[in-house]
Amino acid sequence: AEVEEILKRIQAHRGVIATMVINAEGIPIRTTLDNSTTVQYAGLLHQLTMKARSTVRDIDPQNDLTFLRIRSKKHEIMIIPGNISIKITIELYVL
Amino acid sequence: IGHPEIFPLVFTTKTQEIFNCRVDEDVTEENCFKLFKKEDIIQDLKTRAAVSDFHPIKNVVLEYPGEELLVVFDAKFQYGQNFYLVASEEAKENLLKPPETTEEKEEETREETLEVHPYKRPVHKPWVSLGSEKEVEEESVKDTVTKIKYMISRVRRKFGAPITFTDKNASHVKDSYVECTSYEDKTFSIKMLEKDVGLQMVPKVREASTQTKWTYPKNAATQYFPRQFSNEEKEECLSSEKLKEFLTSVHLRMEIALQQNEIMNAFYDDWKALAEDESSSGGKPDVYLKAYQSFTDLRYLKDRTISCICWHPTIYGIISVSARERLSYEEQVNLSDKSLLQQSVILFWSFFDPIHPQLMLECPEDICCFQFSPSDPNIIIGGCINGQVVLWDISQHEEKLQNAKTAADEINMTAVNTVNASVLNILQYNYMSGVKRGKMRTQVSGEEWVKRYCAVSSIQYSHKKPVTDIHWLPGYSEENQMGATFGNRAEGCLQLVTCSPDCSILFWDIPVTKLPEQPSSEKLKEEEIFNMPLDVPDTLRHVELCWKPLLKINLCESDTNTEYGPVRISLRELHYHYKTSEKVQSLNTLEVPAKDSPYTEMSTPSSKNLKALESISTGFFVGTEDGEIVYSEWKMEIDSDSAKPHTQKYTLHTETITTLQRSPFFKDIVLSIGGRKFAIWKEGVTNGLILQSSCSAGRYTAGQWSLTRPGVFFIGRDDGNIDIWDLLKKTHEPSHFQNVSESMITFISPCIASPKQHFLAVSDDLGILHVLEICQTLSHASGNEHANVFDYFEREVKYLKYCEQEFQEYQEFQAKTELK
Repeated sequence: AEVEEILKRIQAHRGVIATMVINAEGIPIRTTLDNSTTVQYAGLLHQLTMKARSTVRDIDPQNDLTFLRIRSKKHEIMIIPGNISIKITIELYVL
Repeated sequence: IGHPEIFPLVFTTKTQEIFNCRVDEDVTEENCFKLFKKEDIIQDLKTRAAVSDFHPIKNVVLEYPGEELLVVFDAKFQYGQNFYLVASEEAKENLLKPPETTEEKEEETREETLEVHPYKRPVHKPWVSLGSEKEVEEESVKDTVTKIKYMISRVRRKFGAPITFTDKNASHVKDSYVECTSYEDKTFSIKMLEKDVGLQMVPKVREASTQTKWTYPKNAATQYFPRQFSNEEKEECLSSEKLKEFLTSVHLRMEIALQQNEIMNAFYDDWKALAEDESSSGGKPDVYLKAYQSFTDLRYLKDRTISCICWHPTIYGIISVSARERLSYEEQVNLSDKSLLQQSVILFWSFFDPIHPQLMLECPEDICCFQFSPSDPNIIIGGCINGQVVLWDISQHEEKLQNAKTAADEINMTAVNTVNASVLNILQYNYMSGVKRGKMRTQVSGEEWVKRYCAVSSIQYSHKKPVTDIHWLPGYSEENQMGATFGNRAEGCLQLVTCSPDCSILFWDIPVTKLPEQPSSEKLKEEEIFNMPLDVPDTLRHVELCWKPLLKINLCESDTNTEYGPVRISLRELHYHYKTSEKVQSLNTLEVPAKDSPYTEMSTPSSKNLKALESISTGFFVGTEDGEIVYSEWKMEIDSDSAKPHTQKYTLHTETITTLQRSPFFKDIVLSIGGRKFAIWKEGVTNGLILQSSCSAGRYTAGQWSLTRPGVFFIGRDDGNIDIWDLLKKTHEPSHFQNVSESMITFISPCIASPKQHFLAVSDDLGILHVLEICQTLSHASGNEHANVFDYFEREVKYLKYCEQEFQEYQEFQAKTELK
């Protein structure tokens, strides 16, 4: 229930299009998008997150990735990696 | 004497007695040999068995081949015992016989070593050749040839004689050079007959290489599907503790990030903004309108003025103008005695052919204004000077217009032949493959295509005065006879509105021309088809002289009995984007007086699912002949007595309004130009206008908003100048002006031909159409220009409100002071 509440709160923010929770292997657990899009996002972003994390750790083993933001022309994707799962939020802004 | 044959023995006295070899009696040192018979030994062995001395060598004795065995007395115990037996015959013999000689020799040698050898000189031995002298001879160097001796002699007196030198001029000698050249003396040359040359044989080596194709399996395609959790697994994961922990630890970060994004615009590109600021503020940019081309036609535009310009919406480089009689003001008022000497036409010009118009549209009367249909650029409607509305369809010439470039070359090559030769016409344009039917066309001069109109409205129901403004209605709204607005007509623009100084606004419906999905029988039922002239292609349905308007609005105010003669009309929804802008506006309706003219049944529009659109705003601005601007609506309500009249009237201009146009960027901002002034209005703001210009020296005769920059508009004057106003720079005077022609400017029309080329078409009173190219600074808006202009308008509105408030307060104050 707490889980639900947190996810709902994040989804209710202004400008948020979708929220996703993905487990450590890249399998989506919880999502607000349709299946095919979710699966696509999960596959792509999971790899990117792993890569980013390994990069950070390679440079300094004591360090770890806390937040990854991908800003594109149309959207901004925010990724928080965790130990067992990753949370992804997609936002949209119009100029 | 070998050891294996010698066997040392010990003879006891008893044995010695038996065999008669008693020591020092029978056998002495000198006489040490004794021969025993083999039988005797054997007998002794038998008799005495183990006690016998011969017992250890019993076998030897038995194997002894001979008869007699030799036993030797060993006085010196040479072999270890005092007797030894010799086991072999040879040894026996050796011992018996030669011992004598060897004894003698031993004696001799013993004697010699005791003496010193006397020195003997080495005896000279003869040398034995072993072949070494040959080698020595080979290696030694000897003269093979006897040495040659030379003796050279000379008479003594020749030595030391005085020398006389002579001079020789160097120039006399060829090359100024004297020498004693050396020459080869043949007697000294030796011909080499034999030469030792070393040769080496080398095998020819050639390098070659080949490559084999190594085919390795490579993945051409992979098919996969994603791993997914089933719902139960998802539930399980969701409810796990770990996920809860993760989310609680993480959500704060996410919210911070989201808030950050809300605070500032994440997509704002600072670099780009910086660049734009520089370009707009730095220095004085060169603002100009570059003359691109100008078109005129001597036949049709002689003594005529251009009343309206329209760019072809889709084809690049095609612009059309409508020509009109150049009338003075009095003549314009009284049109009845106008004579039609020349046929009035609409000319189509192409950029690629400045001399010959591409297409000419035949008009029954002079055209005051015309428009391309936004949905189908082949439909053109125009308003005539006698109040009629005319329709053309140029779909057959569409391809020609698109190929205008190549057509230009063709026309130049062919000679002008004014004979009525339609065959020649077809031959000239036989490169055109797109001609649907090889129809004859009417032609006037044998060169241009002339297109006759397809439909003309009936004179009875048209306007009584010239149609001064004509607009297409956007496709998603539609009127029906009852005046209610219906929406969602996806077919495109099929309705238009016209206004005329006879105080009426008419809504027309296009006679259904091309609907290929409808079967022809239905069409026949709906349409009223009259005699078609021969030269009109029968793909079009047209209604000849039977076209009636759908709706008529009389602009009269019932209570004040004033009439307005609209010259220009500007509807709110006249932007040709197909966005459904549903704005809820609660505006009171106009008390529209009962329509006097009967509503006739027009060809009913195809009844698709039309739902009544309540929320489209139906307000419109009208610019009148007398210079008034009226704002009202046409929404009709069934119970009209509850409605209040709600029209706004602004009297600013003193002369006829020439232009009333909405800004392409702001739908509620209207520019009105008339007389010596122009003004900007905002729809809904009733207490005043946003901006008005001061009285200018000359009259403003035409004007248009710029299509790309929100704060820029162009105004044409009666002295042939174009004023360029930029609201962000200066609002009291034009930011730039430029002279374009000598006579009065009659119409301006901007166009965006390509992202780099923006054109401004300017027509003047002499019938010349100037096409100018708008420079970059005028055509490219900066990023925040829209916002700036919007802010400017907002500020003005606020100022107006403030002024009104002040005025009210002042009035109250006045009232108060008066009371006192």
